[in-house]
Amino acid sequence: MFGKISFNRKQVTDIGIDKTLETISQEDIKKAIERVLKKEASARLKVFVETCMRCGMCTNSCHHYLGHEGDPTYAPAAKVKQTIWDILSKKGNVSKEDIKKYARIAFTECNLCRRCVQFCPFGIDIAYLISLVRRICCLIGVVPQYIYDQVLSHMQTTNMLWFRQDEWLDTIQWLEDELRTEIKNGKIPVGKKDAEVLYLAHGLEAKYMTGLLINMAKIMNVAKIDWTVPDTDGWDYTVKALYAQDLETIGKVIRTHYETALRLNVKRIVIGECGHAFRTAIYEGVRYLGWKEPPIPYIHGVQFFYELIRDGKIKIAKKIKEPVTIQDPCNIVRYRGMGKMLRYIVRELCENIVEMTPKDDHNYCCSAGGGMIDAGPPWKSARIEGGKVKAEQIRDTGAKIVIAPCHTCHKGIEDLNDYYKLGVHVKFLLDIIVEVMEIPEEMRA
Amino acid sequence: MEQFLKDPSIYTLARGPLVWIAFLVFFVGIFYRIWEVVKLAKKERIIYPYLSLKYTLRSITHWLIPYASISMRRHPWFTIITFVFHICLIFTPIFLLAHIELWYESWKIRWWSLPQSIADVMTLTVILCAILLLIRRVIQPDVRFLSTKGDYFALIITVLPFITGFLAHYELLLDYKIMLLIHFISGEIMLILIPFTRLSHMFLFWLIRAHTGSEFGAVRRSRDY
Ligand code: SF4
Ligand code: SF4
Ligand code: SF4
Repeated sequence: MFGKISFNRKQVTDIGIDKTLETISQEDIKKAIERVLKKEASARLKVFVETCMRCGMCTNSCHHYLGHEGDPTYAPAAKVKQTIWDILSKKGNVSKEDIKKYARIAFTECNLCRRCVQFCPFGIDIAYLISLVRRICCLIGVVPQYIYDQVLSHMQTTNMLWFRQDEWLDTIQWLEDELRTEIKNGKIPVGKKDAEVLYLAHGLEAKYMTGLLINMAKIMNVAKIDWTVPDTDGWDYTVKALYAQDLETIGKVIRTHYETALRLNVKRIVIGECGHAFRTAIYEGVRYLGWKEPPIPYIHGVQFFYELIRDGKIKIAKKIKEPVTIQDPCNIVRYRGMGKMLRYIVRELCENIVEMTPKDDHNYCCSAGGGMIDAGPPWKSARIEGGKVKAEQIRDTGAKIVIAPCHTCHKGIEDLNDYYKLGVHVKFLLDIIVEVMEIPEEMRA
Repeated sequence: MEQFLKDPSIYTLARGPLVWIAFLVFFVGIFYRIWEVVKLAKKERIIYPYLSLKYTLRSITHWLIPYASISMRRHPWFTIITFVFHICLIFTPIFLLAHIELWYESWKIRWWSLPQSIADVMTLTVILCAILLLIRRVIQPDVRFLSTKGDYFALIITVLPFITGFLAHYELLLDYKIMLLIHFISGEIMLILIPFTRLSHMFLFWLIRAHTGSEFGAVRRSRDY
């Protein structure tokens, strides 16, 4: 009971962290810390650090703590203790070994889901403090390689997978051909001016998950939406720089999105089912650019589908009968209260809904978000372990389908499903809507 | 030492000027710390534009009513202990007859006071809760891992005036005058330290809840409780 508690972790190698640390100097570390903790951060850092009463109310709110049999080093405040408090108490004179530990904690043991904030009697924003740690690591260049590579791609191409502009245009063309095998005269308008909706896609929709883009195009055509996709870079809504806390790249990507929308003079931007992109576009991005709110409405897939169904723009032909459960993605539920809309949609699509407990804005994170899945294979077991509660939550519902309206939750839960043998199918709303919606006879190819 | 403590001039000092100095440091300190935070928050650009009175109040209410937050419901024992602890901690010294008499002596003001028996129970409750909190800090691994010397120190500083006050009143352990003197000094130390130690959560609580409450309510449209 009184044994010493220490930070014990399995050895993991990540060249983005280990190799970079070999090349940097003590001076680099010092400079990054000074800049982040002295110049960029101020009131929140100071007040959060001073006010924390070390009461432990936040401890069991975190899925990482729960997934590690109560190892106190995984508790939210403990992660701050082992990073920010440590840097402050060492007055910024930290070693490379320390940075390695900070990076591991900040990138692979916290999803920035902010559940712990709901549990702290003071409302201390632990996720913010952890993102400061990421910011320090990012300025030094110590970032998991898989994240870093995507950030570099965003810097250069504004998309996550080094896609060139002509590759995007080619892709849209053959996707439109494909769409027409199902929808008569189906269209994916490119760079159309004055449209109602500018649709941005997930980077993967242009390469490995093109089925999603085709499904979205089906819905747009059936619902007769006046829409378009960009004819330039900036078509990919993802912003992986959020995970690295590379604020400058966040700013660049988000600015490109809004500028594209304003250039095409559309009424609003609609994206698919993705948590981090939505959150960055309406919070981090706009705030970094100095705006209070997005300059034009930025609509998440859940909001968009909600409107389409509510307004009868798409009709549901048959409901799903198997038991389904709902994953509330933190980035749209805890960050934007979409739990009710999400449930409205699911009720319209499915007959048998079994909820997880806790749910809605108190839901547990899937353990894949906030960059943990993007940190790639070296860190897979970290998120599988952290996802234990999520797996148990899902198993307890007995559902056969998990609806996860977020790319990251989707992939994260698929991995949990494999590992914990949950025997479920993970689906996007989009998949289900296309499965059950009415496609008028005259539109069928 | 005993000679020193019995020296009437030390007693007069602790009963007179030191009290006023302590109160002065307490109030000016709090004022200064709040002003400092409010000024720093301006630099952050993203605090003030999003503040919302409605959601600040929503947040504060949910954290001032026992069990109105999910976190408190998950920690039933800790919640009851901390509520009782804080209530007794704040109200006992304000409504203690002996304290009011001192105010009357100095400024000729007085207000309603607690019956002695209730005041005693409340004092003992503070001490008991502090012991429970201390035990929790030592044996609960996650809390022990977080705790530093400052946390134990803050707890001891807080409870010392209650222990010494009680002992003095019932003339236990030490000579009445000496105990009273220690009581005065420990109370003064506590007041002086509040603005500058972790005890500052007493006023920073409201500021953070305003920020977090507004972020959750007005921007994120979800609950922070
Ligand atoms: S993962 Fe979520 S609950 Fe855990 S520390 Fe990070 S923000 Fe808090
Ligand atoms: S609940 Fe808040 S005050 Fe308590 S340990 Fe966690 S962060 Fe600190
Ligand atoms: S992946 Fe999903 S649950 Fe996990 S952090 Fe993102 S939005 Fe939250």
